[in-house]
Parts: sequence; C-alpha cells; structure tokens
Amino acid sequence: MDIKAYLVLSLTLFTIGIIGVLVRRNAILVFMCIELMLNAVNLLMVAFSKMHAVSPVMKASATYASDAQIFVFFIMVVAAAEVSVGLAIIVMLYRNTHSVDINFLNRLKN
Amino acid sequence: MGSYITFPELLIWLPLLAGISCFFMKKGEAAKTMAILASCIVLAVSVGSFFYTDAAQYASYNTVNYYWLKHIGSSFFLGLDETGRLLTFLTALSFPIIFISTQKNNYKNPGAFYGLMLLTMAGLMGVFVAIDALVFYFFWELALIPVYFLCSRWGGEQRIQTTFKFFVYTFAGSLLMLVGIMYVYMHTPQRMFGDGSVSDHSFALQSFMGALLQPGEQQWLFWLFFIAFAIKMPVFPFHTWQPGTYDQAPTAVTMVLSGVMVKMGLFGVIRWLIPILPAATSMFANLVIILCIIGIIYASCIAMVQDNLKKLVAYSSIAHIGLMCASLFALNELSVQGAVIQLFSHGINIIGMWIVIDLLERQTGVKHISQLGGVAQKAPVLTIFLVIIALANIALPLTNAFVGEFLMFSGLFKANAWYAVAAGLSIILAAVYTLRMIQKVFYGETNAVTACVKDISFAEKASLGVIVVFIFLLGVMPQHIIEFTKEAVTALIALKK
Amino acid sequence: MSNILEFVWLIPVLPLIGFLINGLGRNNLSKGLSGIIGSGVVLASFIISVLVFVQVKSGGSLDNSYFDFINISSLQLGFEFKVDVLSSLFLLIITGVGFLIHVYSTAYMHDEPAKDFAKYFSYLNLFVFSMLLLVMGGNFVIMFIGWEGVGLCSYLLIGYWYKKEENTDAANKAFVMNRIGDLGFLLAVFWIIAKIGSVNYDVVFSAASLAKFSATDITGITLLLFVGATGKSAQIPLYTWLPDAMAGPTPVSALIHAATMVTAGIYMIARSNALFSLSEFTMTVITIIGLATALLAASIAIRQNDIKKVLAYSTVSQLGFMFLALGTGNYVAAVFHVLTHAFFKALMFLGSGSVIHAMGGEQDIRNMGGLHKHMKITSVTFLIGCLAISGIPGLSGFFSKDEILAGAFGVHGYGKVIYAIALFTALLTAFYMFRLYFITFTGKFRGTHEQEHHLHESPAAMTIPLVILAVLSIVGGYIGVPEALGGNHALAQYLSPVLKSAAHHLEHSTEYILMALSTILVVAAILFAWMKFKNYQGEGEATGFGRLLQNKWYVDEIYTAVVTKPLAALSGLLDRVVEKKGIDGFVNGVGRAVNYGSRQLRLVQNGQVGVYVLLMVIGMLVLFFIQLFA
Repeated sequence: MDIKAYLVLSLTLFTIGIIGVLVRRNAILVFMCIELMLNAVNLLMVAFSKMHAVSPVMKASATYASDAQIFVFFIMVVAAAEVSVGLAIIVMLYRNTHSVDINFLNRLKN
Repeated sequence: MGSYITFPELLIWLPLLAGISCFFMKKGEAAKTMAILASCIVLAVSVGSFFYTDAAQYASYNTVNYYWLKHIGSSFFLGLDETGRLLTFLTALSFPIIFISTQKNNYKNPGAFYGLMLLTMAGLMGVFVAIDALVFYFFWELALIPVYFLCSRWGGEQRIQTTFKFFVYTFAGSLLMLVGIMYVYMHTPQRMFGDGSVSDHSFALQSFMGALLQPGEQQWLFWLFFIAFAIKMPVFPFHTWQPGTYDQAPTAVTMVLSGVMVKMGLFGVIRWLIPILPAATSMFANLVIILCIIGIIYASCIAMVQDNLKKLVAYSSIAHIGLMCASLFALNELSVQGAVIQLFSHGINIIGMWIVIDLLERQTGVKHISQLGGVAQKAPVLTIFLVIIALANIALPLTNAFVGEFLMFSGLFKANAWYAVAAGLSIILAAVYTLRMIQKVFYGETNAVTACVKDISFAEKASLGVIVVFIFLLGVMPQHIIEFTKEAVTALIALKK
Repeated sequence: MSNILEFVWLIPVLPLIGFLINGLGRNNLSKGLSGIIGSGVVLASFIISVLVFVQVKSGGSLDNSYFDFINISSLQLGFEFKVDVLSSLFLLIITGVGFLIHVYSTAYMHDEPAKDFAKYFSYLNLFVFSMLLLVMGGNFVIMFIGWEGVGLCSYLLIGYWYKKEENTDAANKAFVMNRIGDLGFLLAVFWIIAKIGSVNYDVVFSAASLAKFSATDITGITLLLFVGATGKSAQIPLYTWLPDAMAGPTPVSALIHAATMVTAGIYMIARSNALFSLSEFTMTVITIIGLATALLAASIAIRQNDIKKVLAYSTVSQLGFMFLALGTGNYVAAVFHVLTHAFFKALMFLGSGSVIHAMGGEQDIRNMGGLHKHMKITSVTFLIGCLAISGIPGLSGFFSKDEILAGAFGVHGYGKVIYAIALFTALLTAFYMFRLYFITFTGKFRGTHEQEHHLHESPAAMTIPLVILAVLSIVGGYIGVPEALGGNHALAQYLSPVLKSAAHHLEHSTEYILMALSTILVVAAILFAWMKFKNYQGEGEATGFGRLLQNKWYVDEIYTAVVTKPLAALSGLLDRVVEKKGIDGFVNGVGRAVNYGSRQLRLVQNGQVGVYVLLMVIGMLVLFFIQLFA
C-alpha cells in the first residue's frame, strides 16, 4: 500500500493536534491534543518502519525493520506515564484554582 | 631547550607572582614596596636581556617552547625579538616610574590595586613575547581584565559607565580577532612536534604565516584583525572609548593604558597582521592610512578646544598613535623605522605628561585648564620638566619624538606626498594646543586654586629625570636604537607584496 | 694651533655649556657670575670664530661628520658640520653681535632677580647654540635642528615675562607661525630625501643629484623651502609674529628678531643657491614677496608709535630687501645686507633699549622727545644707525642697499619697475627712521615729570656695545665697495667659492646715476621728516589711509577672521557635534539599541503557554520552509 495515505493521515492528525493546542483554552483538551500529536508521530513511525523493512538495503538484517515498531510501544508506555502525571497536575491545578483555563495559568510570568 | 629559565618567562612570571602575593598583603605599604621592588627587578631583567641579543648564540635564553596543548597544535611558545625586546623594556621601565611617581596617591585596598597592576604588567609582557597565537590571545585578554577592575574600582565619578564602555568595546574587538585567529588556524598546515606527535593545525606564528588563504579570505580576515588592533590603539573612528577612560581611570592606570597598552595594537600590527596577511595589507594600506590621517587632524582639532587636561592629552595621543599606525601601513623603511622608534618614545613621553598632570590634580583637585594658571611661579622645576616633555611631545628636534616623527613623515612622503602634507598639519596643530596648555596652566598669574601648589619632591624628580634623560638620549643619538631595530624593520618591509 | 678647524665643534658647544651651567645652577649663581658665564662662553666662541674665519680666508674648509644621527639604507644622515666661507661669515655675525648683546644684557636686565637673570642668560646661550647649529650644519636636518631650536628660544624669550598674558600670546603666535613655515621646510626636506636619499649639502647640490630632480621637483622644493623662510624671516604671509615678538626684552629683539634668527631664511636660501638658481618661477615669487613685504612693512612703520614696533616693521621691511636681492639672483648683496643690517639694526634696537631703560619701561614715542640732551651717546649712535639704514653714502647701509637696488635694476624686462618700487621703499625707510629719531630725540620732552627726572644715560655695559656697533655700522660697508667706486668688493671675492652672483652688472655710468638719484631722494626724505617732526607735539587721531596704516592694514584682524576663528569654530563643531553626537553617539547608540531590543524582546516572555507554543510552531514552520525551499 502506498505510504502517502499514512503520511496524509498522520499529518492531518498532527495538524488537528497543533491547532487544538493553540486554540483550546481547556487544559484537558490541550492535553488530549498533545496526545493526538504524539500518536500521529507514532503512526508515522510505524509507517516508515514498514516502508523501510521492504527496502533492499535493510533486507540483510531484518531486525532493523522492527526496531521502530518496538520503539513505538515504548513511546506509548511513556505517554501513558506522562498522561497520568499530566492529569494529576491538572487535577491539582483545579483544586487550587478551580479552573482549567490555561490562559489563567500564567504564573510563569515574573 | 636549556635548563636555564629564560628571559621571556622571567618577564612574565615575576610580575605575575608578585602580583598574586600582593593580593594577600594586608598592609598597604608592604604591597606598595612589593610592587616597586618587583617592577624594579623586572626592569633589571629586561636590561639584562639586552646583553643577550644575539639570536643564534643565546637562543636558549630568549625562546622557550613548552608543549601544552599538543593535540590542537598550540605550544607555550615565547620569544624575544627586537621589537618585542624594545616593548618589554618599555613596559619594564614604565611600571617602576609609574609606581614611584604615584606613590603618594592613597588607594583603598592597596594590596588589590598593586596586585592588579602587576597582573596587567604580566599580561603586557606576555603579549610582547608570545609567538603562538593562542598564547597571544590569552595574554591579550589577561592584560585587559585587570584594567577593567582597576578602572571600575578606583576610577573617577563616572567610572562604571566609562569602564563598561571601554571593556565592552575592546572586548568586542578581541572577539573579532579570536574569530580571525580561529579561521586562520583552520587553514594552517600540519604541525610536527619535537616528540613526534602531529596535530592537524597549528597556532604557531610561523604556521600562521604559511596558512593557505585565498585573497578573498585575506580581505575580510584583515578587517577582523585590524578592527581589534584599531580599537586598542585607538584609531579613528574607533577611539571614542579612550578620552573618557583616560579621564576617569586612576592616573596610574591611565599611564599604563596610554603609555604601554596602546602599543599592544601597534605591536599586533607588526607581529601578526602584516606577516599573516601581507597581500590584504598592501591592498587596504591606503584606506587605513587615509583613515589614520583623518584621525590625526580630527583629534588634533578636538584637542585644541579641550578644557579638560586629561582629555587634551588623550586626544593628542590619538593623533600620535594615528601617525604611527599610518606609518606602519606605509610600509617603507623610513616610516616603519620611525614608527618603531616612536613606539618607545611616545610611551615614555606620555607617561611624563601624566605624571605632571597627576601632580597638579593631586595638589589642586582640578584638571580643567581654565581653572589653573601661574603654576610656573609656584613650581618652577615641575614647569621645566613639563615644558621639556611637552616640547618632546610636539617633536622638537633633539628630543626623541623628533627622530621618530621625522622618519615617519618622510616615509609617508615617500609613499605619497599628500599624506605627509595632510598629516603634517598636525605639526602645527600640535604646537597650538600644547602651547595653549602650557600658557594657560603654567604661565600667567596664580589664582586661588594654584596658590597652594608645591614644587616636586625627590621621587617625582627622579621619575621625570629618567624620562628626560631618555628624551635627550634618543633625541641626540638615535642611531643606537635604530641599529638595534634595523633588522626587524628590514624583515617587516621584506614581507611587502 | 695648527688647524683651528678641528676645534670648530667648540663654537656651538661652548654656549651649550653656558646654557647648562646657567640653567642648572640658576638658584645658586650670583648675577655677576651668570652674566660672566653667559657672555664669556659667547666671547670664547667669537674668538674661535675669528680664528676659523682667518683659516677659511686662507683657503681652509671643513666637512666633518661627528657621529651617525640616522643611518639606515634609505637615508644616511650624520651629525655633520660644514664650515666654509658662507658659514664662517655668519659665525662671526652671530658670535660677535651676540657677544655685544650679552654684555649689554648684563646691564639691561640688572633689575631682574638672580634666578630669572640666570634663566635669561641660559636661554640666550641656548639661542646662540641653536643659531650656530643652524649655520654650521652640514645638511638640511642639522640646519633644521637649529632652525627649530632658534624658534624655541625665540618663544621662550618672547614669553620671558610670562606673567602677562599678552607676552605669552605673542610667544605662542611666534612659535605657531614659525611652525607653519617649518612644515614647508620639512616637506622640502622629505622631498629631497624621497628623490635622492640624502640631505647633505654637497650631495644634494652636486651635479649628479641635481640631474635627478625634474623641473617640478626643483620648483616644489624651492617653493617649500621658501615657505620655511617666510616663517622664520617674517615675510608675507607669515610676518605678523615679528612685531608682536617685541613683547620680549629689548636685547632679545636686537639679537633674535633683528640681527640673527630672522636672517636664517636668507642664509638657507643663499646656502641652497644651486637649487634656487634652477627655478625661474621660485625666484620670481621670492622677488615679488620680498618687494611686497618691504613696501608693506615700510608703509606700516610710518604710523607706528611704539619705538620697538617701528624697528620691528623696519626689520621686516629690510628682510624684504634681502629677499628681493635673493630673488634677483644677487646672493652676495643679500648676505652683505644681512651683515650690515645686523650692525645697524642691532645698534638701533639696543639704542631703543637704552631709551626704554631711561624712560623706565615707556615705549611710546609720543611720550618721549628731546632725549638728545639727556643721553648723548645713545642719541648719536642711534643717529648713525638711522643714517646707515637710510643709505647715506659712506655708511654701511649705503653700499649694501645700493647693491640690491642696482641688482634689481639690472633684471631683464621688469627690472626698472622693481627698482622704482624698491627705491620708493628706501625713501619710506629714510622717512620713518628719521620720524622716529626726531620724535624721540629732538623737540621737547612730553613724558611725565617723574620720567623726566629719571632720565639718564645708560651704564657703560650698555653704551660700549652701542659705540662698537655704531663704528661697525659706519665701516662695515667698506668690505663690499663696488667696482664703480673703485673698490674690489672684498666680500664678493671672499664668498665667490659658494655664491656666484647671477645679477647683471650695470655700466658704471648707470650705477653713478642710480646712486646719485637714491642719495638725493633719501636726503630729501630726511629733510621732509625734519620739517614735519622737529617740533613734534603729538598729532590728531589718524583718519583714512593713515588709520589703515596705523592698524597695520588690518592684517592681524583678517587672519583672525579667516583662519583662527573658523578653525576654532570647526574644532568646536567637531568636538560637540561630530565627536559627541556622531561617532560616540553611534557607539553609545549600539549599546542603547541592544538594551532597547532586549527590553522589547522581554515582552514576548509573558508566561502564556499558548504563546510559547505558537512561537514554537512558527519556528518549526520556518525551519521546514528553510529546509524545503532554500
């Protein structure tokens, strides 16, 4: 199957993610969009991995081909950990400020 | 390499160690004594080095080459050549004179003051003996940084502002040079060390001279180096840090700055710029000379209307340095020989000027011409010294500066008659501002400010006496110094393309 | 002493020693001692100079390099002395007249404190040293050393009474104007070095070297040298310092500003006659400048009331005559006039000093009058000086001035015009000198009562030099009696190895007519002055042309308006605007721009996470674009 389809899908997801991050003010939604971007990249990685696996150069050592696919699992695990930490932070924020609006959270300034 | 300790090392380590030990001295008097003593010993070493000038016979006394950063092709390579020897002598002579003549000034925290002064001395010595570009750059900065602290801690009212400007300005120049050094370094050939190890590139002066540079590369490299040196000298239009700094720095530091440190820039041109980039030097020589000549006339004009004595001397110094720089770039035997002599002459003359101004300022608390007057009645000996030094400064015959300026002007004339005509205007302008200064400060009737002036003490007499002896010695019999520097000059001219 | 020439180095060294003793020991020496040392060393130099002169007359000469001054491959320059007929003559003038003036000074300066007295003599000795270097130098650089040295001494002595700003102003003016000329001199020297790599007279004036110069070179070099001469010898346009230089003590004016230093320009041109003779154009310029200066200065002298100013303008005018002689190729006449002028002008300056001394410092002749009764020696010797300068037959000035006029008359083409103007100037000279004499020495005394009471003849130390100079002013001319009057012009013969007079010889009959003409007219001018000023009672405020003359043609004012003020304004402009606002403004501007930029950039960091992310995305997009399209 042509890799173009995967690229388009991945890019679409990634763009949706970025736009979401940029325009949304709800911390949870922003957080979800970040996850979306992450998964778009994951998808891309798997797709490329598959593509390179059939390339003649890589034939000699087949293990190369599955490296990236295995790596994606790592990323998913890390992302899961990140989600738990991130959500925990958001919960803490909500407890303290009663808001999940990111524009409200500009304490970084000063 | 012999087992002896060599002259270049002595010249650097002695002031360095003395300077560091000064920091730990609680008593001001002890630090002062230490500084005077150490600088006198360095002077003795420097004088001693003149007995071992023969390059072939005494190589082991005059050069030293430690392997310190072999893998990048740099070694701690020091050596004394004629120009270097002359300038180390100037440095070694200046510091005792400065310490002795300003010993009545009381500084807060004298240990640190004298320590920093001696560190500066070590840095200056290093600049004049380094034959390795990395070492040169290291000492170049080492000489600058103590001066920054000296000015910013012991300077006048606006010290922070002016010192900051001075530091950033000169440092910016140094960085340009650093870029230049790195670029040339990347184009140097392989270097073999004595023990058989090899580095891809080399920082040694010889390798720099043999670097493979295209004409186009030489052209922009020239400006990197030249601007660094021009800021240090300073040459118009990179000079604006100088009057303010001379005005605000403690006078002892101003003496170092104007007498010795500005020579770093000129020395850099002689030792590094012309040898490394001869083609670009020839190409831009006329441009540089014109810039210098504009600066000469410009600075002389401004000196004529200065009321602040220190700024007057500062601007006159810009004019003199501009002339030296122009002469170096005219690159013929007459002009370069004149410039080399003047490197030394200008150094001691201007220190003499500062000593007199420091005396006046210490006694009256005033440095403005319009507030002074009639000092000659109160301090005739001081006036005689000042008149001699001032006349030497305007290059009256039989003083040291005449020989230098005469040769420089005739060299410039040889390069292009109009250069000499234009630069020659400064002869007239210099007379105007110098005589005005003498008239307003020393002649006339005394006023309330100058009524309390006392004549000079023995220490100051001795310092000024040494300067005056050099003024006449080099003025009447300049052939000795010419003989001494002749070969260096010939070698430099031979690089001309 | 078999060969005195081996000791010529003593001639300048002795005054130098005198300078050092007087200068260093000024706090310890008594007045008598410093006077004796000061005069003694010059006397010793004079004695050696006489011996040298005798030796040179019998055919000796000396070219000796004592040590290398500057010796590199493109320039060999020794500390050389050259003593030949020309320099030996100047040695006599400098040390001889110099000695008399030193002796005179011991009395004239007697009211000074001992310290200043010694200082004065040390300066005077330093001057003699420099002047001797100037004439004895064997190359242009040694000459230049002396040349600037005399300028320095002139500066120091004009500003001798340094408490008065007027004096130090005059000193500064003298030094600066001399420096303008010196620049010309230096540039000429550089030009010579660039062309032939040597400045030794014998080398430069040798046929081989002269052949290396193109016509432009020669004209350029000679013109620049002449610029130097206009500075030192007070010619248009650089003459205005000399009248102001009268601020110095009167013996100084006699020595430096009349007898010796101001003739340095004439010496230099006479010395370089081989060069100058090759440039028609320069010679014409010298003639015109000399003539113009002579006329201008003489016209100003007519309306001056300061006794020393009259003499100063007279000096400028006489120097103009000398340049006229040089310009017409009449070198011998120029040197001759230097000699006679040294006698009679030194005499008159010393005479005026005697008058000022008697008047207690008064210099305005309107407050004098009838002094002949009180100071006979001064009056008579002064009269001799006036007669000599006017060119009365039998006195020294007659011979030298007549030779100059005759030389001018003989110039092809416009010779007669030059002659007419020069003759007119000579008449003016006679007129203003006798105006001065009559107003000062005849008629009634017009000063205050105290001054009249104080009037006295000066002491012997002052009158003896006057008498000696008066005798010299009478007989000095007989060394140059022209052939037309049955003489053989001993001076011309003596100088013939160095100076070949290019002036045209006139028919004897023509010369007789010219002499008679000038004599009659001069006598008429003197009589006119007698009529006008014998009973001088002061005159009204000058109007019209007289006012113009009294204010010296407003030349000083013009210089101030055209040079000094614009230069000061330009410097002020450079200092305030270009330096502070322009260059330094730019440098500070860079700093300020960085500061400002940082402050603006800081605003971006506002703590809004969204903005950060947006910037990050934009940055990434930019990188993509660079990667894909650049």
